[in-house]
Amino acid sequence: MGTRGELRVVGVVAAGGALGATARYGASLLWPTPAHGFPWTTLTVNAVGCAALGVLMVLLTETRVRVAPHPLLRPFLCTGFCGGFTTFSTYALDTRLLLDAGDPTRGLLYLVATLIAALAAVWAGGAVTRAVVPVRVTPA
Amino acid sequence: MNWLLVMAGAAVGAPLRYLTDRAAKTRFGLRLPWGTFAVNVVGSFVLGLLTGVSSERLHLLLATGLCGALTTYSTFSYETLKLYEGGAKGYAVLNVAGSLAAGLGAVWLGVRTAGLL
Repeated sequence: MGTRGELRVVGVVAAGGALGATARYGASLLWPTPAHGFPWTTLTVNAVGCAALGVLMVLLTETRVRVAPHPLLRPFLCTGFCGGFTTFSTYALDTRLLLDAGDPTRGLLYLVATLIAALAAVWAGGAVTRAVVPVRVTPA
Repeated sequence: MNWLLVMAGAAVGAPLRYLTDRAAKTRFGLRLPWGTFAVNVVGSFVLGLLTGVSSERLHLLLATGLCGALTTYSTFSYETLKLYEGGAKGYAVLNVAGSLAAGLGAVWLGVRTAGLL
C-alpha cells in the first residue's frame, strides 16, 4: 500500500475511533456509574463492542454477500469504531479502584466478569453470524 | 465542547493503536499480539497518571478520548479467541494472563507515580 492509501486507512481509523469513543462517552452520560459503584456501563460497552467485532470480522473476512466489502470498511468499523468504543484502560483503573475500596471481591468479580463477557461476546457474535449468513468463501 | 474533546483525543488514540499494531507485526511477527498488548499497557499507565490531573476537560481529552481509544478490549478479545481457535491455547491463556497482570500493574504504577508528582 502506498503512502496515500496508508494515510486514508489512518484517517478512517481516526474517524471510526472518534465515533466509537463518542458512543462510549454517551453511554457513560446516559448510565453514569456512581463513585465506588460497580462499573456496569463500561462492562456492557466492552461486551457489546466485542460482540460487534465478532459479527463484523465474520461479515468482512469470511462471507461475501454479492460484492466484496470496501477495503476501508474493516479499518473504519473494526479497528476504528469497535476499538475506540471498547476500552482496556478504564477497565484496569476501575478494577484497581474496586480492589482498593476495601472489598476486593467486587474488584475480582469485575475483572473476571468483563473478561468472560467479552470473550463470550466475540465468540457468539462470530458464531451467530456464521449461522445466519450462508454464503461463505475461504477466510481472507 | 465536551464531545469535541473526546473526539479529538480518540482521533489521535485510535490511529496510534493502529500504527503501533502494524509496527509490532512487522517487528515481532504475527504469533503473539504484541501491538495490542503494548497499547493496552501504555494506555493503562497513562490513565493511572491522569488520576493526578483534576481538570475535567483534560480528562475528557486524554482519559476518555485518548486512553479510551488507544486501548481496546474488543481486539484483545478477538485476538485471544483467534489464538485459542488456531490451536495456540497456551498462547491464548498467556495473552489473557499477561495483559491483565501488566495492565493492572501499569495502572497501579501510574496512580503511584501521579501521587509522587
